[in-house]
Amino acid sequence: MTSLPEFLKELFESWPLLGILPVWFYSIVAIFGLLFLFLFPFAGVAVYVERKIAGDIQARIGPNVVGPYGILQWIADALKLLLKEDIIPTNADKKLFILSPMLIFISGACAYAVIPFADNVILANLNIGIFYLLAITSMVTLGLILGGWASNNKWSLLGGLRAAAQVVSYEIPVALSILTVVLVTGTLDMAQIVKMQGPFYWNIFHNPFLFISACIYYIAALAEANRTPFDIPEADSELVSGYNTEYSGMRFAIFFLIEYAECFIICAVATTLFLGGWHLPFFDLSSLTLGLRIPLQIMVFMTKSILLLLTMMWIRWTLPRYRVDQLMKLCWEVFVPFSFACLIGTAFWMVLFKGKGIPELILGLFVS
Amino acid sequence: MYTQFTTILLFLIIGACMVPLILLVGRYLRPANPDPKKLSTYECGELPKGNSWVQFNLRFYVIAILFLIFDVEIAFMFPVAVTFRQWVTSSQAKGVLIFSEIILFIAILLIGFVYAWTKGDFEWIKGLQKKQIDPRFRGDDLK
Repeated sequence: MTSLPEFLKELFESWPLLGILPVWFYSIVAIFGLLFLFLFPFAGVAVYVERKIAGDIQARIGPNVVGPYGILQWIADALKLLLKEDIIPTNADKKLFILSPMLIFISGACAYAVIPFADNVILANLNIGIFYLLAITSMVTLGLILGGWASNNKWSLLGGLRAAAQVVSYEIPVALSILTVVLVTGTLDMAQIVKMQGPFYWNIFHNPFLFISACIYYIAALAEANRTPFDIPEADSELVSGYNTEYSGMRFAIFFLIEYAECFIICAVATTLFLGGWHLPFFDLSSLTLGLRIPLQIMVFMTKSILLLLTMMWIRWTLPRYRVDQLMKLCWEVFVPFSFACLIGTAFWMVLFKGKGIPELILGLFVS
Repeated sequence: MYTQFTTILLFLIIGACMVPLILLVGRYLRPANPDPKKLSTYECGELPKGNSWVQFNLRFYVIAILFLIFDVEIAFMFPVAVTFRQWVTSSQAKGVLIFSEIILFIAILLIGFVYAWTKGDFEWIKGLQKKQIDPRFRGDDLK
């Protein structure tokens, strides 16, 4: 079980020039590869796909001018945003105004360091992986509230404060659901969590409480990423655009990019924790050769994550928006008690059945 | 020396440099002709009225405190959760022990949670319908 930089180092060990390079060089290569080959294009394509889905759901065509089926729309959008003037309002707090997108970018992008795309394809195989992810993603709140405050704009201030209250509240059901998984797996290591689930024992089927936990995680994470039906911080019809009202050009693009990057992180974490990561059901991929195994594992992982992402988009374009008071009520009076109940329920299940899940118990019946 | 956290450190540094870098590239491509109207605060086309750095509702403060308590509690639960599986699978007595410890820990927090709930801190429109405002503070005499 190694991380991607170490894996690359091993792979190129016998090469004349690449073999002598230190591991941290491979780290840098891997990070740039992730950012430019995966994160930026993926977020762009996700925006295009979302607009196309929105078009389909609302019986419109969606983007269809740039390229065949409008598929190059995201490149045109990125170029347009790059060429737009960068406006910093005179009344704004300039330092904080500049700092906010940076903080958001750091917290959004650095979370990708512990996403296990396949066996060995994980940037940093931390032993506290999921805890690190929880810590780094909550830095987004800081960026949002800074952006809202620094803009010195009423819409931004309201949006930023709403975002802070909402993200902070929904962090608790999310963290509790993750804690429930940790009770079952007994490790915080992302790659280890996937390894433990194997082709049969996916965490979502471990016990009924964990199934509810998975649902709570998905819904609460939607709220944490400010997606509809919980997009109160940037509710366009009441707050113009929320905390990013005053941002323009590339700075706005970064807010937009990280929103989609975060959506993928949510889906990837849900896949890792509950849906068995890179494992196919009933078929053990780890017996295949290296050249075949890694692309297949990445494909399986991406398929699961993208299905969850498409569900997210489907939800966005079919459900109306919540009200602030309903949102807070839903979090504190429904999700928090339920996730506590799931935590205690899972702990009880573990004590009762000595850590065995439903699939294991059923298989045990056949064996004995 | 290379550890897994080296990658994290490098990622943080690259992440911090990326935004200024992108803006630097854009600097040579984008126009820059600011004027006072363009740089004024956006307020739906009207002239902006006053500053928006105002004092805001303390309800956010209660939520922040609640979040802090819960998050610290969750952070403390993580080490217990990591060892939980090991204890449960090793013996029945150990499993019951660690289970009752978790219950105790959560129960203490839940008392506070129930208190905040009954006090109405989770109500967004708290205090408007339930509490009668003291006529002395209503400000009728100012009219």
